Amino acid sequence: MITVDGKTERIIADFPILARPTSRGKRLVYLDSAATSQKPRSVIQALVDYYEQYNANIHRGVYEIAARATDEYEHARVKLAHFIGAETNEIVWVRNTTEAVNLVAYSWGSANVRAGDAILLTELEHHSDLVPWQLLAERTGAELRFIPVDDRGRFILDDLDALLDGCKLVACAHVSNTLGTILPLDIVIPRAHAAGAVVLVDGAQAAPHLPVDVKALDADFYTFSGHKMLAPTGIGVLYGKHALLEAMPPFFSGGDMIRKVGYASTTFAQPPRRFEAGTSNIADAIAYGVAVEYLQEVGMDWVREHERGLTGYALRRLAEFEPRGLAIYGPRDPAAISGVISFNLADVHAHDLASILDTEGICVRAGHHCTMPLMEKMGWSATARASFYLYNTEADVDVLCAGIEKAARVFGI
Amino acid sequence: MDDFYRDYILDHYRHPRNFGRLERVDAHAEDINPLCGDQIRMELELDDGVVKDIRFSGKGCAISQASASMLTERVKGMKLADVAKLSKDAVLEDVGIGISPTRMKCAMLGLRVLKSAAIGELAGWPDEE
Repeated sequence: MITVDGKTERIIADFPILARPTSRGKRLVYLDSAATSQKPRSVIQALVDYYEQYNANIHRGVYEIAARATDEYEHARVKLAHFIGAETNEIVWVRNTTEAVNLVAYSWGSANVRAGDAILLTELEHHSDLVPWQLLAERTGAELRFIPVDDRGRFILDDLDALLDGCKLVACAHVSNTLGTILPLDIVIPRAHAAGAVVLVDGAQAAPHLPVDVKALDADFYTFSGHKMLAPTGIGVLYGKHALLEAMPPFFSGGDMIRKVGYASTTFAQPPRRFEAGTSNIADAIAYGVAVEYLQEVGMDWVREHERGLTGYALRRLAEFEPRGLAIYGPRDPAAISGVISFNLADVHAHDLASILDTEGICVRAGHHCTMPLMEKMGWSATARASFYLYNTEADVDVLCAGIEKAARVFGI
Repeated sequence: MDDFYRDYILDHYRHPRNFGRLERVDAHAEDINPLCGDQIRMELELDDGVVKDIRFSGKGCAISQASASMLTERVKGMKLADVAKLSKDAVLEDVGIGISPTRMKCAMLGLRVLKSAAIGELAGWPDEE
């Protein structure tokens, strides 16, 4: 018999969608938080409050509700800064991680990367931290290099110093979205800096799940999305060290990012506003502040421990299917991964497995997870991926395993 | 959706008919479903406007592979002009009902590729190989 501790029970009660059965009358077992997380009532309410009580544009209006909108929006920036240990003027609002990476690739990259320079990535990168650098390399004549991984997706750092030789930039995922592997940034960042490289960390899968302190990590840029950490879609953060941001030219230009505009020329605002052209995503930024407040109240150390325990339990339960052809990819040590497990069941294609799981109310992802080069290197055409968050329980893992049992029965395994 | 995976679907998935490549290829096409990575290639041997032989190759889910396999059985001996006019009802007739909307693209991949090959051949597009 599985008991859910009181804290997890209270967390689950904060997420209205988790109380809503599927069309087949099943309990919703949401195991796709690596794609997007569910939202607690307080975050949803923050959106409603803004639109019902003080909907107004920011940074301009002199009237009461405009002032309140500006205050709440800027206060959310303060909350995000506290959440990752940054200064407020180092938090640039963007739509998502992808936009943050593109901003750096175009603004910092175009100003700093030259022909013959190297850009070091890892073989685990999500397309969003790969394609922008491919385009930058094409524009500038720079060379792309990759930190290799072994057949379980563990990093091979033996040749790191050679890879870093001549490197202008290292861009790497803190946590792999496909395998959950945690990159040892405490090794990579100091050595990258010693080699004279600037480091961008794609924190899309890390900021929601691990305690992150950008100053302790000494990351130069750190990017992450709100929607994977209880906030709405359409809002994310680019953290950049202020000195770096200050030296960067604008990416998008237009209203709200200027100091003084003439017909012929313009001087630009200081960061972060230099990079926030046009009317921002006001409501979602405010709700993002509420989301990180929620996470801080729960405690990011608790979130990490909760997910580590759950991942360990899931690895043990899934291993029971291994004699029947279930393959678990990625490291098997719950301390080495965040709450992500990729797997396949015998010759059942991941999409078929996901379809059968769906009939039991279970949401998992199936496919290449936006890491096509990794899938090709490993020789996997598609995998099913279960990912966990603070509202998941061992009971969810048990439902998953019952669903896998059903798929095995349907396919005669 | 779970009752979609009937025995004959799984049989076509595990033992696809007309799977492989042809020696003589008069028309062919291939495509992928970029969302899930399913791949299908269709090769046709023609004799006086009729599909004399056909092979498909590719990889993907049971729905995409089984529906392609059944499609090859259906069109062997058919006039190319009729292949070009096949509708999705033909596939639904083969695979049976019960495909969820999210998986319809998988079921139709083989048909899309086959019709591309047929329409391309009839229109006389330059062979890229």
